[in-house]
Amino acid sequence: MVMSHDTIAAIATAVGEGSIAIIRISGPDAIARTTAIFRTKDNFETAQSHTVHYGHIVDAATNERVEEVLVTLMRGPRSFTGEDVVEIGTHGGVIAAQNVLQMVLRQGEVRLAEPGEFTKRAFLNGRIDLTQAEAVIDLIRSKSDRAFQVARRQSEGALSKQIKPLRQQILEVIAHVEVNIDYPEHDVEELTSAFIRTQCGQALEGVNRLLKTASEGKILREGIVTAIVGRPNVGKSSLLNALSHSNKAIVTDIPGTTRDVIEEYVTINGIPLRLLDTAGIRETSDVVERIGVERSRSALEDADLILFVLNQNEPLHDDDRELMNQLAGRQAVIILNKIDLPKQLDTSELERIFPTDRIVSMSVQEEQGIDRLEQVVSDMFFTGGIETNDLTYVTNVRHISLLERAKQSLTDAIDATYAGIPIDITQIDIQQAWELLGEVIGDAAGESLLDQIFSQFCLGK
Amino acid sequence: MGYVGGSYDVIVVGAGHAGAEAALAAARMGCETLLLTINLDMVAFMPCNPSIGGPAKGHVVREIDALGGEMGRNIDRTFIQMRMLNTGKGPAVHALRAQADKFDYQHVMKRTIEETEHLTLRQGMVEELIVEDGKCVGVITKTGAEYRSKTVVITTGTYMRGKIIMGELMYESGPNNQQPSVKLSHCLKELGFQLARFKTGTPPRVHGDTIDFSKTEIQPGDDKPQFFSYETQSSDNEQLPCWLTYTSETTHQIISDNLHRAPMFSGMIEGTGPKYCPSIEDKIVRFADRPKHQIFLEPEGKNTSEYYVQGLSTSMPEDVQLNMLRSIPGLEKVEMMRTGYAIEYDAVVPTQLWPTLETKLVEGLFTAGQINGTSGYEEAGGQGIVAGINAARKAQGKSPVVIERSQGYIGVMIDDLVTKGTTEPYRLLTSRAEYRLLLRHDNADLRLTPLGYEIGLIKQDRYDRFLNKKALVEQEIERLKSAKIRAEEPAQSLLEEIGSAPLTGGCSALSLLLRPEVTYAHVERLTPAPNELTEEMKEQVEIQVKYSGYIEKQLQQVERMNKMEKKRIPDDIDYFDVHGLANEAKTNLSNIRPLSIGQASRTAGVTPADISILLVYLEHYNRVTAARAARG
Repeated sequence: MVMSHDTIAAIATAVGEGSIAIIRISGPDAIARTTAIFRTKDNFETAQSHTVHYGHIVDAATNERVEEVLVTLMRGPRSFTGEDVVEIGTHGGVIAAQNVLQMVLRQGEVRLAEPGEFTKRAFLNGRIDLTQAEAVIDLIRSKSDRAFQVARRQSEGALSKQIKPLRQQILEVIAHVEVNIDYPEHDVEELTSAFIRTQCGQALEGVNRLLKTASEGKILREGIVTAIVGRPNVGKSSLLNALSHSNKAIVTDIPGTTRDVIEEYVTINGIPLRLLDTAGIRETSDVVERIGVERSRSALEDADLILFVLNQNEPLHDDDRELMNQLAGRQAVIILNKIDLPKQLDTSELERIFPTDRIVSMSVQEEQGIDRLEQVVSDMFFTGGIETNDLTYVTNVRHISLLERAKQSLTDAIDATYAGIPIDITQIDIQQAWELLGEVIGDAAGESLLDQIFSQFCLGK
Repeated sequence: MGYVGGSYDVIVVGAGHAGAEAALAAARMGCETLLLTINLDMVAFMPCNPSIGGPAKGHVVREIDALGGEMGRNIDRTFIQMRMLNTGKGPAVHALRAQADKFDYQHVMKRTIEETEHLTLRQGMVEELIVEDGKCVGVITKTGAEYRSKTVVITTGTYMRGKIIMGELMYESGPNNQQPSVKLSHCLKELGFQLARFKTGTPPRVHGDTIDFSKTEIQPGDDKPQFFSYETQSSDNEQLPCWLTYTSETTHQIISDNLHRAPMFSGMIEGTGPKYCPSIEDKIVRFADRPKHQIFLEPEGKNTSEYYVQGLSTSMPEDVQLNMLRSIPGLEKVEMMRTGYAIEYDAVVPTQLWPTLETKLVEGLFTAGQINGTSGYEEAGGQGIVAGINAARKAQGKSPVVIERSQGYIGVMIDDLVTKGTTEPYRLLTSRAEYRLLLRHDNADLRLTPLGYEIGLIKQDRYDRFLNKKALVEQEIERLKSAKIRAEEPAQSLLEEIGSAPLTGGCSALSLLLRPEVTYAHVERLTPAPNELTEEMKEQVEIQVKYSGYIEKQLQQVERMNKMEKKRIPDDIDYFDVHGLANEAKTNLSNIRPLSIGQASRTAGVTPADISILLVYLEHYNRVTAARAARG
């Protein structure tokens, strides 16, 4: 068998489709790692191949029940990948599957599968016919390219901004350690345990803060990228606020007050949406506002779902028509806002482009019609209308598991300084933390360490 | 007119640190070997620091010795100071560093070469390579001698189109005003090699009698010196101290005032210098806020008054150098004996090499040392022995030898060079090794001596001693596992004495040794070691036990990676034919032509997805090939 040295896991079902979700685990540790978090009345570890078991996934730390599940066991080589495979079936929806995947990954022995990796293993283990080689390659390529796009999107995102300073702080420690090792006679400051503890301690605080916000569902959460678009002052920010029940966006009556893209995360019937409120789209000469408008355009291009807001108290404007044309063929919901005011807008033009069940009348201010909007969005989602990308969900779980491992490494490093472990060995944990945080934002190791050393310290003969 | 000079198995061009190791290895493996050098008085010459070893570099010397090379033995015989560095840190980064008597070092190495069977040392400048049917089969010297061979190793150091620069002065020269090698570089270019232009430099040397040592700090050697070679048991070499002083504000002022005359900044230097080894003028510009820089005064030998001024590498004009020197405390009245200089030279872009150091372009042609873009005697020696081994094995029709990254710093260095290339002179640092805890100074023999024996560079008696050591260490670890320490005297008072928690119940000696504050010496007091265990073996036991957790973790990583390293890529693969590979991966893989999936994964611009695709392609390829073979 090939490449069966490690164990991988991922959500195998497309998110949002069907009433159950399946987490697939493949590799030598699949059965043991499931046993560790699975409470059932049978002995799962020694159970026969091709059997199904009912029970609960528990949090190994607290022993609390996380989800009710049906677990299928298939021992290699009679499985899809040819390796030991466990499939955990949970209730449908995003949250249950994510919770279970997180429990699996949190143990550290199992890593998240790369795009197309189950299929790759199946092929390498001779479970897929030779004629399918090209199809397997295409699958890996397309999934990886999509993952790359997602990663790139994230590397510019809020999470990345939080992680970068933490990594820099850790990198400074690493550079310091390396210089102490490689240039023992240079008059660089001798590295003290206190310095390592301070720097790593601060980084650890940062990681803890991120994990806390993750559990509260603020920064880390990814979701269907949803752009709210429309001309200025039609009620976009009010809609965002209504959906998120927060007051993050600035709402005024003056056109152009939303000058940047504002992000908010909401869950509608279990579906996570990442809402982007864009600056009112219109030609503008105000420089600050123009930047906002440009960002809006790119947000629009990236979006999986678009909420197009119109003021039905006004007739259609040329700007509206331009947007309508851009949205043709996209996954969009048309919102006719301000129904508390007299109707001035002729909807026939809209109905020629958009299906009527995607047009929702509401008054955001009077909180009318929000239920209807939520219903339309979840219908689109569950009928597979919205092009979802399962990776956006998984990256969330992936981030959390990477952050948890980084937390562990930093804690180990700090503990090691108290135990009197030599710095070059403590360094292994520090470097690990740096690499794990790098994985979160898709930035690999490499020359940056040496660059840091030689820019920070004056060395030479 | 030319004449027939003779016929050999292996020819080595250049007798510096790379060439000496290459030639000795080839000859000791039984190949008739010719070693050619421009100047016979420059064998194993140290044109820069009179020093060998230090972190990563010292590790390489140990590795060369573990493989059966010469550098370790040679420095053990000729050192004038020995220091173990980093002793306050973990065992993986303990590093031995020696000051050499640079004249003795040369003479002893030259003598060893002269006395080695199958090895001919001759003065001669190689100007042309004989290439027939894409294979290198010999060399032609300036004096017209034509030597034939099965393989050729080129180790030109900084001689190829060498150019010395100091201030406004620039002239063609090898290091230390030696004749440069000009035609060989053209020959390589004509053969299609891509060359790079690198730069390095050296500080001035001063007369020791004119140094006021009272204004400096003494830096003595270790009281009980340790040695590089596993063969060296003792030494009665007398040790000389080094001396530490600092640059002054005046020094910095002199440099600032004369920056317009510095070739580094006036644009006279076109080669790329190493960022880890900047000249003093570079340091002062880049780290302007530092009030002073360290200067070490290192003796160049027992029978000379010359001192090497470490920290003052420079290409400033001669008059400025003298002023700089005299602004340093202790050097107010110093006489400068040799002027510092920068030297530019041609190097071969190392991605044109296989991990055996054979060139991809010309079969049978190997390169080693500074020509491959490295800097340092140890880096040169490490490549030299690998090139020598492979040139000999090729001449003998044997399979090539590649040292893996998990086996030694030599493997890390060569893999970095041939897979990633280098944009500046490459120096080894311990941070370049991902398995630093496994690549220790103390276990170089465990890592490489079996290979040295297999190749034929380690003799039977040394190998037997090695096996005995290994067995005794393993037995002792087993003994510690079963030796019980009771929660009573004398254990409890020993633990109290060293500030360790008392035992609450009995435990094994091994688990006691796992406590950070407990050493092997402590454990030995409670459960005496067998008599035949030497200090070296005890150290080995302690390290292997104490760091077993971390070592185990790294071993697992190695095992995972080894699966990738063992997946070989067939020679005839056409990457442009691999459907689905990204274009950047196609181009870079075609250029590097990695031997294994592991090496492919380290190639620039190759993503994990590309590796997955390559694996699927190879599986397809293998199955199709197997099916064809089955059909006959």
